[in-house]
Amino acid sequence: MSLIDSLLAYLRGDEKKTAAVAKERLQIILAHERAGRGADAPDYLPALQEELLQVIAKYIHIDRDMIKVQLEKHGDYEVLELNVTLPERPRA
Amino acid sequence: MAKVIVVTSGKGGVGKTTTSASFSSGLALRGNRTVVIDFDVGLRNLDLIMGCERRVVFDIVNVIHGEAALSRALIKDKHCDNLFVLPASQTRDKEALTLDGVQRIIDELKESFDYIVCDSPAGIEHGAYSAMYFADEALVVTNPEVSSVRDSDRILGILAAKSRRAVEGREPVKEHLLVTRYNPTRVAAGEMLSVDDIQEILRIPLLGVIPESEAVLQASNAGTPAIHLEKSDVAEAYKDVVARFMGEDVPMRFVTAEKVGLFKRLFGGR
Ligand SMILES: Nc1ncnc2c1ncn2[C@@H]1O[C@H](COP(=O)(O)OP(=O)(O)OP(=O)(O)O)[C@@H](O)[C@H]1O
Ligand SMILES: [Mg+2]
Repeated sequence: MSLIDSLLAYLRGDEKKTAAVAKERLQIILAHERAGRGADAPDYLPALQEELLQVIAKYIHIDRDMIKVQLEKHGDYEVLELNVTLPERPRA
Repeated sequence: MAKVIVVTSGKGGVGKTTTSASFSSGLALRGNRTVVIDFDVGLRNLDLIMGCERRVVFDIVNVIHGEAALSRALIKDKHCDNLFVLPASQTRDKEALTLDGVQRIIDELKESFDYIVCDSPAGIEHGAYSAMYFADEALVVTNPEVSSVRDSDRILGILAAKSRRAVEGREPVKEHLLVTRYNPTRVAAGEMLSVDDIQEILRIPLLGVIPESEAVLQASNAGTPAIHLEKSDVAEAYKDVVARFMGEDVPMRFVTAEKVGLFKRLFGGR
């Protein structure tokens, strides 16, 4: 259920209390912010993300939030993780 | 060994100064030699909450600049024998707090005190940074509200990356969650994040829960830290917090709503 849906549902009275909405929103945004913060998130990450987005956008139509770049630490080495969610292909 | 404790939050107005005043008083009431420092240079308020505003002569910036000896700037608290207040400057800006200067003050205080409580200003700028830099432990004051929880998370990240302990690669700053302005009735109604929710999100040990209470305003009106108020939830809650901090096993109180009256049960209302 999307946030808007749940808010509407709440206003209609068929529940999903606002506290639950708050918790869900916080979990999502903090997961995102923590990933960006990492151990020592290098400051080129946002620019890198932006440029990758531009390159990918040349070939595929995607939204800004469909692409995620993050640095993950695995023991001694770091992995630059690039996640692109492709739009669903319209059925022919 | 003296301990340095920062009371911090990121977000403004969540209860840092209220907590610093009561927490330091509680430590002193238990016989610990305690000093509480106002780091909110430019917006000094701890003096008012402690009721010593008319006795301020010198402040932390005067000491840093060598214009007054530390011993002359310390104000003895009127409620507790073992407690002293080091006020912030009202006229300077936060840049006047050099890390070097703060370090000299803290080192000197460590010689004669058991606990050094640092009341941080809001934000993540220089003032907040200098308040947390030397901390051994941190009370992360959080209200049950989205922006406060998010800012607390941010502050936790800063403590883990930029405090002196982090920079020197020592054991990390010990973090404690303190949820304040809590309203169990609204939590029960699903209108407010619960302590469990907040703890699940921030993932640090819970030190205590301070209920939302009208008594806090009365305490600040009078210049008496809330922990001294007779028969009030807040005072009890702050005493519990201090006991837990000192290692006692005290059950959580003020986290569940009182019984809902018949009227409310009959007529509902979410
Ligand atoms: N448990 C509580 N119940 C009710 N009101 C409270 C409680 N704790 C704090 N307050 C009120 O909230 C306001 C802000 O409190 P306080 O000054 O302690 O916050 P602060 O975090 O130090 O703010 P700042 O970021 O400006 O330094 C004050 O008016 C205070 O009386
Ligand atoms: Mg304050």
